[in-house]
Amino acid sequence: MPVKIGLFIPCYIDQFYPQVGIATLELLEKLGCRVEYPAGQTCCGQPMANTGCEQDATTTYQHFVQLFHAFDYVVAPSGSCVYHVRKHYDIIEQTEEVKRVRKNTLDLAEFLLDVLQVKRLEARFPHKVGLHQSCHGLRGLRLGSGSERILEPSSKLNTLLRMVAGIELVELTRADECCGFGGTFAINEPAISVKMGKDRIADHERQGVEVLTAGDMSCLMHLEGIIRRQRKTIQVKHIAEILNGASL
Amino acid sequence: MSRNSILAAIQKNKPAEKPLPAIPSFANGKAAPIDIFTSMVEVGGGQVIRDTNSHNLNTTIKKLFPEAKRIASPLPAVERNVDLDQLPSPGELESVDLAVVRGQIGVAENGAVWVTEENCGHRVLPFITQHLIILLNPSDIVHNMHEAYERIQVDATGFGLFIAGPSKTADIEQSLVIGAQGARSLTVVLEAV
Amino acid sequence: MNEHAQKAAEFIRDESRTDWHDEALWFVRTKRDKASHGIPEWEELRELASQVKDNVLSNLDQYLEQFESRAVQNGVHVHWAADAEAHNRIVYSILEKHQVQRLVKSKSMLTEECHLNEYLIERGVEVVDTDLGERIIQLKEEPPSHIVMPAIHLKKEEVGELFHEKLHTKKGATDPKYLTEAARQHLRQKFLAAQAAITGVNFAIAETGGVVVCTNEGNADMGVHLAPVQIHCMGIEKILPRAEHLGIFTRLLARSATGQPITIYTSHYHRPRPDGEMHIVIVDNGRTAQLGREDFRNSLKCIRCGACMNTCPIYRRSGGHSYGSTVPGPIGSILTPGIDLKKYSGLPFASTLCGSCSDVCPVKINIHEQLYRWRQVITQEGHLPPAKRQSMKWAGRVLPSTSWYNFFGKLVSWAIRRFPRPFLYNRFNEWGKERELPQPPRQSFKEWHRQREA
Repeated sequence: MPVKIGLFIPCYIDQFYPQVGIATLELLEKLGCRVEYPAGQTCCGQPMANTGCEQDATTTYQHFVQLFHAFDYVVAPSGSCVYHVRKHYDIIEQTEEVKRVRKNTLDLAEFLLDVLQVKRLEARFPHKVGLHQSCHGLRGLRLGSGSERILEPSSKLNTLLRMVAGIELVELTRADECCGFGGTFAINEPAISVKMGKDRIADHERQGVEVLTAGDMSCLMHLEGIIRRQRKTIQVKHIAEILNGASL
Repeated sequence: MSRNSILAAIQKNKPAEKPLPAIPSFANGKAAPIDIFTSMVEVGGGQVIRDTNSHNLNTTIKKLFPEAKRIASPLPAVERNVDLDQLPSPGELESVDLAVVRGQIGVAENGAVWVTEENCGHRVLPFITQHLIILLNPSDIVHNMHEAYERIQVDATGFGLFIAGPSKTADIEQSLVIGAQGARSLTVVLEAV
Repeated sequence: MNEHAQKAAEFIRDESRTDWHDEALWFVRTKRDKASHGIPEWEELRELASQVKDNVLSNLDQYLEQFESRAVQNGVHVHWAADAEAHNRIVYSILEKHQVQRLVKSKSMLTEECHLNEYLIERGVEVVDTDLGERIIQLKEEPPSHIVMPAIHLKKEEVGELFHEKLHTKKGATDPKYLTEAARQHLRQKFLAAQAAITGVNFAIAETGGVVVCTNEGNADMGVHLAPVQIHCMGIEKILPRAEHLGIFTRLLARSATGQPITIYTSHYHRPRPDGEMHIVIVDNGRTAQLGREDFRNSLKCIRCGACMNTCPIYRRSGGHSYGSTVPGPIGSILTPGIDLKKYSGLPFASTLCGSCSDVCPVKINIHEQLYRWRQVITQEGHLPPAKRQSMKWAGRVLPSTSWYNFFGKLVSWAIRRFPRPFLYNRFNEWGKERELPQPPRQSFKEWHRQREA
């Protein structure tokens, strides 16, 4: 029985970074997946919930479930949105559909490694790359061990990037510090948010990074905003773009 | 009354019973490593002297602290000149240069030594003295805190403590300074067996 | 903008000082990492500690009664205080009975929370904090900015100037060694003259009725063993069932706090010395209420190591004073709303919910999840600013609708592409003050996909 995959493209990627959605879709298709993109999709509801208004988000949650419950897997290029669906869709009635969606919604990296068990990729990216470990993917979905916990170090994103030919991955001084985006935090506490972003970028710059990548485009939207304002040369790319064989 | 209202509020608000977990010993069963203990005392800012016995103890002390004028110790084997039994007030001990006490258990993982008031003559002695020596039998070194607490009866005396180094602080710009309010140095003397 | 955001913005204005503060705390976080990496069973210890605390919370009344009866058998006077006022009254009555005029204290976040110092000073008692960091901020008349390193926000030049003024050290002297020595001499006189000593409590043992206090300086013991009256003030949640549980917690505490394998002094007080008197004050002050809040009761597991502050990217860049609460940082932001939700309704938002706090926490408190939950409570109780509330209500109507979403998406993209810069970047655009807005493409993913399918 062929597996049915629903593609979820987060709202800000849809509107501002379509190339990330395209890369995700192309990558999955290259790996032999049959992917459907339900055109009625909107948002996971996180913006309201993280602001303390999860009750205002329940209709959005229902909308998401209604669109995606018939799929075997729901795949999204965002640890943050996936974490939100899995973790915080607990406030609506837990019907079979809701439970199914919460269980089967996966971040792209999880899907590639845990479901497809990808061992190699047809991609080449001969550049110095710095990986930003987006927090919700790292500590929410446990896509890696994280620097806080005393475990054998691991990172799904890192594992995937190492399959890309020619790539040079740098080691950062602070392996997984938050970039300061934090959803509405970015506008509620702009001073700290920007300071955190500047500090993250500086860490990558010190290691000579040409391209800063991450599993969440929201982190990169924030970092890119600072990079462009400050006219820096470092570039940002979502991990899906690199894995799909993007070039600079 | 506060007591009863607090207890009643707890009874009303506390969660359902959760059991206590069993605590593994986390020790590997091999002999307690003196070397780890020694290096951990050094990490804490202290030093370890080995192979001292009752014959050369006072020579060792003199060699370590030639300038010490007032020496206090409840141990008869130590050459001392402060009478701990005839103290008009504990504040008199402020002028003590060196105190020598016995430790009961050493802990390899962190270099701490268990000492009780019975080892000290007066409770304040190991703190108020300028320098502190603790005598320890190497066979009393255990691996970790779990083993240490297994051996100790914490309420056997009115006061007992683990000492893991000289008094220190890093409260000014995180700069480590040895000799805050308590003893300025710690020497653990391991006795020859 | 909420109070934390404002104070944080002020703090950050001096960027090099912010960097200095951030680095100082990151250094402690790094030491914590190194120390815990030396313990292969670290994660197991955290789990055990969390489970022991679960058991404590579920039997807290019995353990407290057991603790009290053992302590009384040990010859200790046990007092109970429902709130800060009762706590202060009890402490003062003990001091009054012994006609105490000079008191020394070692670090206690509880007495800080109860504002004991002010209470006693008003009544004519000389109160001297004896932990070096605490003494510094006491002389500077400031609250602590960190629960383990109270003066971490001050530079040595500032301490030097303060000590020159108050302790008559040489003008311009900034060497921490020299300044610490001056404080030592000053504090020794205070210890010798004190008629009573107060300490906080790290752990209280139900089975034996004793309390455990951890310090590096030895100041708690200098105070307690020299003064004829010793008083230990503890929150109800400090209880551990048996002495054997100290094995877990002493292994976790100092490594998490400062990266040391153990504090220099771990003192166990069970009975007063023959010529002395020992008191223990057990304080509620909002803790039983927190125990009743299912989503937040785990915050009572906290052992006050401060690791969540050291790791918090926001705390490191805004300083402890920006929180305006006795306990700052992530743990403070989940404890303090329980005391006054309206006043502290900004604190749960002083976080990106990055989750680092929960992962360094030695007792596995789900701090970032509780921050998220407090945000929901704040909205339910009507403390979210009206403009924010309205915009979220509005978003809640737009986002479940495909057509509204598509329409607004197009509108926003069009506006960013077409509007002249001054329309986009103005004082209402918090994002754009120091960041560029994204550059919207001509075609959204959805539009691209529609075209591809067709």
